[in-house]
Amino acid sequence: MSNEEKPNEKSRAIRARQRAIGRELRRMYDDVAQEPVPDDFMDLLRRIDDAEDARPGKKVS
Amino acid sequence: MVVSPARAHFESGKNDGDGDFKTELLALIPFLRAFARSLTGSQEGADDLAQETLVKAWQSRSTFIPGTNLKAWLFTILRNQFYSDRRRAWRQAPWDQEAAERIPGGGEDQIFSAQLSDTARALRVLSDEQREALILVGAGGFSYEDAAAICKCAVGTVKSRVARARKALIEILDGSDTLVGVERPAEGDAAREIMAQLDRLAPPASGDVGGKRRPK
Repeated sequence: MSNEEKPNEKSRAIRARQRAIGRELRRMYDDVAQEPVPDDFMDLLRRIDDAEDARPGKKVS
Repeated sequence: MVVSPARAHFESGKNDGDGDFKTELLALIPFLRAFARSLTGSQEGADDLAQETLVKAWQSRSTFIPGTNLKAWLFTILRNQFYSDRRRAWRQAPWDQEAAERIPGGGEDQIFSAQLSDTARALRVLSDEQREALILVGAGGFSYEDAAAICKCAVGTVKSRVARARKALIEILDGSDTLVGVERPAEGDAAREIMAQLDRLAPPASGDVGGKRRPK
């Protein structure tokens, strides 16, 4: 069984597995980061903008 | 290059510095969404969180120091928001963490492709501290120093959290002693079997134990 594996093989296998997991983590993250930004976000920024414009004493720096 | 109307809207006509800030915010939204997704594990919750973050960031924009790392600044706000939202949720309703983790993201809320679901699910088993450290450094590409600033802890603490998170993920995914002898599930049953494995791994409801558990 796997308990009988040599230490070297085992640590090599662990390192390989670490790299594979690292790639999966990055892919999960990148997959989301590459999605088109939903319209909700644009609407939100637009509302912020409008609120800003509507404010009477708007500070201009 | 095609500029979307929304983008054009934000990039035009604002010469007071706020316009620049907003343009930079806009460019960082995808990363806010990605970080939020990894913290919450759900698409809808993540987008709510990312939007709350944008509003907070906008309201506090005067406290941002130009020339410093805006992405790290935003991630700090997002992280604070995440924990404060969750504390509020806990106050409002007693929360069965274990049961919550058993609920699979249904249908359209499925976060990650089936191929990745085991890693995604294993991530949920880590402690919050380990998960966020691992995501920031391992996926988000932050330096240990920036990750430490975001998580408000020492650099050495981030390093050890990342190391422990990596180790724990392997143990969860590749079978700690708990999983030895558990046969690899057939293709179709993979997700269900992983959930069952995680259930077996999860200690009975006793609070924040995910990452501190050291199988063997």
